[in-house]
Amino acid sequence: MNFTKTIMTTASAALISGAAFADGHMSMEMTIVSWGGAYSNSQLRAYHEPYSAKTGVTILNDDSSSTAVAQLRAMNEANNITWDVVDVEAAPAMQLCDEGLAMEIDPDTMLAAAPDGTPASEDFGDMLVSECFIPQIVYSTTFGYRTDLVGDTPPDNVCAVFDTKTYPGKRSLFSVPINQMEWALLCDGVAKSEIYDVLATEEGQDRALAKLDTIKDDVIWVSSGSDTPQLLADGEVIMGATYNGRLFSLIEEQKQPVAMIWDGQVMDLDGWIIPAGLSPERQARALDYIMFATDTQRLADQAKYISYGPARASSAPLVGKHADLGIDMAPHMPTAPENLSRAFLMNYDFWADYRDDLDAKFQAWLAK
Amino acid sequence: MVNTPSDKILLSADGRPLKQSLSRSLRQQKIRALLLIAPLLIFIFVAFIMPIVSMLSRSVENDLVSKTLPQTVQALQSWDALSGELPSEPVYAAFALDIQNAAKAKVHTKVALRLNYEKSGIASLFKKTARKAKKWDIQNDGPFKDKLIKVHKGWGEIEVWKTLKTHSPRYTSGYFLNAIDMRKTAEGADFQPEDKTILIKLFQRTLIMSLIITFSCILLGYPVAWLLANLPMRQANLLMILVLLPFWTSLLVRTSAWKVMLQQQGVINDILVQLSLVSDEARLIMINNEIGTIVAMTHILLPFMILPMYSVMQTIPPSYLRAAKSLGATNWTAFWRVYFPQSVPGIGAGSILVFILAIGYYITPEIVGGTKGVFISNRIAYHILKSLNWGLAAALGTILLIAVLVLYWTYDKIIGIDNVKLGG
Repeated sequence: MNFTKTIMTTASAALISGAAFADGHMSMEMTIVSWGGAYSNSQLRAYHEPYSAKTGVTILNDDSSSTAVAQLRAMNEANNITWDVVDVEAAPAMQLCDEGLAMEIDPDTMLAAAPDGTPASEDFGDMLVSECFIPQIVYSTTFGYRTDLVGDTPPDNVCAVFDTKTYPGKRSLFSVPINQMEWALLCDGVAKSEIYDVLATEEGQDRALAKLDTIKDDVIWVSSGSDTPQLLADGEVIMGATYNGRLFSLIEEQKQPVAMIWDGQVMDLDGWIIPAGLSPERQARALDYIMFATDTQRLADQAKYISYGPARASSAPLVGKHADLGIDMAPHMPTAPENLSRAFLMNYDFWADYRDDLDAKFQAWLAK
Repeated sequence: MVNTPSDKILLSADGRPLKQSLSRSLRQQKIRALLLIAPLLIFIFVAFIMPIVSMLSRSVENDLVSKTLPQTVQALQSWDALSGELPSEPVYAAFALDIQNAAKAKVHTKVALRLNYEKSGIASLFKKTARKAKKWDIQNDGPFKDKLIKVHKGWGEIEVWKTLKTHSPRYTSGYFLNAIDMRKTAEGADFQPEDKTILIKLFQRTLIMSLIITFSCILLGYPVAWLLANLPMRQANLLMILVLLPFWTSLLVRTSAWKVMLQQQGVINDILVQLSLVSDEARLIMINNEIGTIVAMTHILLPFMILPMYSVMQTIPPSYLRAAKSLGATNWTAFWRVYFPQSVPGIGAGSILVFILAIGYYITPEIVGGTKGVFISNRIAYHILKSLNWGLAAALGTILLIAVLVLYWTYDKIIGIDNVKLGG
């Protein structure tokens, strides 16, 4: 009897001390989900390596960001969340937040303030598009063209894509309505400020598709961001749409005869979310990582490895030279003043409403 | 055998009737056998059958609406969707209560997303309303009809309420209708507008292209399998390695290699231009369309055709052909009347294998198919991963599964599944 009692007390004492021990601690291993390729590499060098060096945490990488919403939903249904921090674009982040699959973040207590003391909520400003979203970079979808295949007057305007007379040859576009429909309307003479109003109407949608019809036979439709750089490098297309960072690496790192059109670039945000429902130790670790990885210096550091603009205002002046190439990175950012003036901002709410409908229409149109 | 008189029962050594004792020992054997395969059975059930069943059941499940908006669904029952009039105040009041509860529990976007598949605009309508509704006092803030319409004019549209009512039952045929380019409306099943029909076309394309791929595999695979079965061992082994080597290479590598070969600035076009067979301006378009998918998939699936054919051909004694010839048959007659019929089970096995694999193929059409060469599976993947319309994806998957089963059944009826041999 006594013996049992002793064991029981010891066990419960151990349990209690164990719990207390775990409370004050954070897990020493975390899984970070991102996009893979050069982008993950830039995060590895700017965030993961310094963070591991500082804390000794083992970071596991998972390149599943393109299917993050579907997977988080499935994990939530199975009640087994294996990811700690997930890199997603703004629109999926909003959806995850709305569905309660991502944790809400208070920027001023959970994110680092700028070096001059400006609170994070002000430093990020408009970039905080959702309560759960921790912005990281600004990227854009824009066009690159082959300098040797477009004749003597290189294109400077996004509408060159629709001008097959001046620029004959194939061009590549994404096989989704997002961005392609906006560009079509823009080049059909709709003012930037009215595009989404027009696109909300049947006539506007038909008008966009009719405009795309004029170049349908000249387009190679692609589904991933790596397709267009490859097609440009092979000379399969004379111009094509992809993410600006991919074009930067094609032009500056691989030295291909390609140049960029900043006009009509569609800006979007990418950043972190922390899945809802993590255990306290894992959540504490994720928050600690986020606090570290999104401070002013770290965001500026990432721009040393890839040409995406840091989402913090205070990071912009710190953007320096490329770590390996030694090029000044500031003019290559989508947020550089001269690039920004010609940009086009995506309307998340519009696409949340119309994506399914327009996608069905777009796919039906493509198959015609 | 001696006839046993009917009144005399044979007894076994322990005095039981022989029949009973035999059936008992047979039963024990069966149980032992079952126990031996039990781990596998349980594994298959848990890891294969259950997930499929649970996925398929999503194609008819629709409890999200009635679970999230219970009062509204109840109140809507007395509303006639075809009356041409908006629902009355109790429906609006019920909805105000429901959306407030849903917004507090953060479940309103799920149902908004669900209804947005049916009518664009509901997503933002729900979101905007939920934001406002959180602050309402349901007891005293009525009437809600004007209030809701003031929040968003969508609540004054009959179509919105029709959509809500049509998609409120716990089980729905809506996803299956969507899967065959139709839709569920308040008036009954209806065709999708023509500019949104795509799925039937994709089903047809998947079937036709899978058939073409299967036939090209037969045409290319048969001679190779014949060579494998009839060459001396040394050469046959070498040839076998050539067949298996691509089989062991990553699928992505093989598909991407075809990209390099077939594209307009690719290897084949370059050679043709150098030989002046085609002009530089008129380079052939062989990728990002049907041709790309057929070529790449035929290559990838070829081993699945060759291996069963080979193993069947190996069992055909060469002496039969010699006998046929010695009896006066020409080479062709000997092959066609004697050899070919015996190799049919191999063709059957290979064809089933290739066809069923082709019909569900996803990654190769995605990479080399462009827009004209993609399959229904690419659309299923889109709905699983991107639009998150899992109900529709499940309905499409169910149809695909049924199509395969029907084809399998027809094959069994016409040729007989016993005639299929994978070897031996």
